[in-house]
Amino acid sequence: MSVELLKGNVAFAEAAVRAGCEAYFGYPITPQTEALEHMAKRMPELGRVFVQAESEVAAINMVYGAAAAGMRTMTSSSSPGVSLMMEGLSYMAGSEVPAVLVDVMRGGPGLGNIAPAQSDYLQMVKGGGHGDYKMIVLAPATVQEMIDLTLLAFDLADRYRIVSVLLADGSMGQMMEGAELPPMKPLAERPAWALTGARDRDTNLVSSIHLDPEEEETFNLHLQAKYAEIEANEVRFEEHLLDDARVAVVAFGTAARVAKTAIAGLRAEGVAAGLLRPITLWPYPEAALRDLAARVDALLVVEMNAGQMVEDVRRIVEGRVPVRFYGRTGGVMPMPEEIADAIRETASAGAASGAPADTAAGGSDAPAQEVPA
Amino acid sequence: MTIQAPEPLLTPVYQYPESLTHVPTHYCPGCTHGIAHRLIAEVIDEMGVRQDTIGVASVGCSVFSYRYFATDFAQAAHGRAPAMATGVKRANPDKLVFTYQGDGDLASIGAAEILHAAVRGENITVFFVNNAIYGMTGGQMAPTTLEGQKTTSSPAGRDAATTGAPLRMSELLAQVDGAAYVVRRSLHDVVQIRRAKKAIRRALEVQRQGLGFAMVELLSSCPTNWGLAPDAALAFIRDEMVPVFPLGDLKVPDEPAAGAPA
Repeated sequence: MSVELLKGNVAFAEAAVRAGCEAYFGYPITPQTEALEHMAKRMPELGRVFVQAESEVAAINMVYGAAAAGMRTMTSSSSPGVSLMMEGLSYMAGSEVPAVLVDVMRGGPGLGNIAPAQSDYLQMVKGGGHGDYKMIVLAPATVQEMIDLTLLAFDLADRYRIVSVLLADGSMGQMMEGAELPPMKPLAERPAWALTGARDRDTNLVSSIHLDPEEEETFNLHLQAKYAEIEANEVRFEEHLLDDARVAVVAFGTAARVAKTAIAGLRAEGVAAGLLRPITLWPYPEAALRDLAARVDALLVVEMNAGQMVEDVRRIVEGRVPVRFYGRTGGVMPMPEEIADAIRETASAGAASGAPADTAAGGSDAPAQEVPA
Repeated sequence: MTIQAPEPLLTPVYQYPESLTHVPTHYCPGCTHGIAHRLIAEVIDEMGVRQDTIGVASVGCSVFSYRYFATDFAQAAHGRAPAMATGVKRANPDKLVFTYQGDGDLASIGAAEILHAAVRGENITVFFVNNAIYGMTGGQMAPTTLEGQKTTSSPAGRDAATTGAPLRMSELLAQVDGAAYVVRRSLHDVVQIRRAKKAIRRALEVQRQGLGFAMVELLSSCPTNWGLAPDAALAFIRDEMVPVFPLGDLKVPDEPAAGAPA
């Protein structure tokens, strides 16, 4: 294998092909359409399934069907399209079929724009559709990770019979970087529970209905047990310059990349800053974050939204350390200097507050929130 | 002493279809869903394809149809059965895949999914049970509700000026190039039931031959929500529904389906 110059959207699509994805269903939407176009060419030439659906509603239900038939299958979209998929994602959770969804997020709400954003964090990490369910959410920060995490997404989806989400943003989808694609994987056998025709076996049913409340609760308890197992086994994160850090940034995806640049500059000035980058947004690196909160003076959460992951960070940190927030919204990318300023402010506020204190609300915990004019 | 049946009685002429489970249905007395199920099951038996057939249930009274067919089954979201069936069929091109949908499911919330399944010439078979009302939720107006028909959401009768006229899905879908076979039949008497069975057979044969999208619309009764006795409900289909939803082939394949009963 060799390093190639690859666009993020093409990289994850080709990675899916090589992961053994046999069926792709999608609908054009910027800024992920190159993925659909790549699949339109690649899947038929490999004798695999490509369907351009009439809507994202239809696309996710086609994925549901192919997943119910036991095929490795996926769709990709961007924020407004992903909103339309919430119904299907809930049904897929309720019937425990595996699939992969790639959300290349853009500015919103509403039609918003086509610039990069991270404002689907809550929708993806907290479920989004109806009912108590989770999806594994992976946040790439490089084109190489668009590839590697797509492979992981399929493996985790199959292992846990769950939907895995690759939560990227418009810049991840559109940027080109050197990256290495994996070799082609052999196609997987259909699992025993799949709908393949009841030849010489009992009939299979893929359904999300449990009319009896006690039965539905039993199913929910089963789901929760599965989710606990995932939380125990599948947490992934990156620690960057945290050994001696007095102030730490928590950020994912593109925001984390920009934060790294800011941190490099601050380090040169002698500021002991570091970064915790969650790679799995669910399951969240809760233990790593708690451990970090016990070691630093203050935390700064940087996101390309109005403050979504910061809710989880504050929940997990439980006031042990001041948590500040810096975000840009609407598709505006934060610049390294802005983040550096926010880190400096966070560092001085953290130093002033002394030892970890009860600062869950107000005071130094007040968000250093950017409100673009 | 054992009683030996006379020889001719040992030859069964009417059996419980192998493609039906022995689960009692939840359908109301006089509802024709049971007849539709039985006809589909008989045809699957006669074609010998029970082990190669996958059904997709919808939402509405037919939500539990998966309980009654002894085939692999998926249970789809409301209106999305044709999309889900698309995924199932594309993953299993050598299997027969059918959806079983009511009129609220197919003609209202799932109008886009059924239309584009037909547009793609998706090689699936759709059984469309039209009883001109939402049954499961208690008798609300459907796109197929007749003008003047009283429902719980059109208590003064359906007013075409504000709610439109009944939507004829079979006529609509017959216009689509990808649709190979579109037919409307009724379940209101024995003659019509026998014709319906032939249409069901042909629709599955069309799929087996890979000719494209096939749909059998079955005019069906809803005594409970129509507020009619079972026999009066069958008369309502004949006298009120058939004039609005004329029976017959709306579209047939260019070549007659080999093996299909005439």
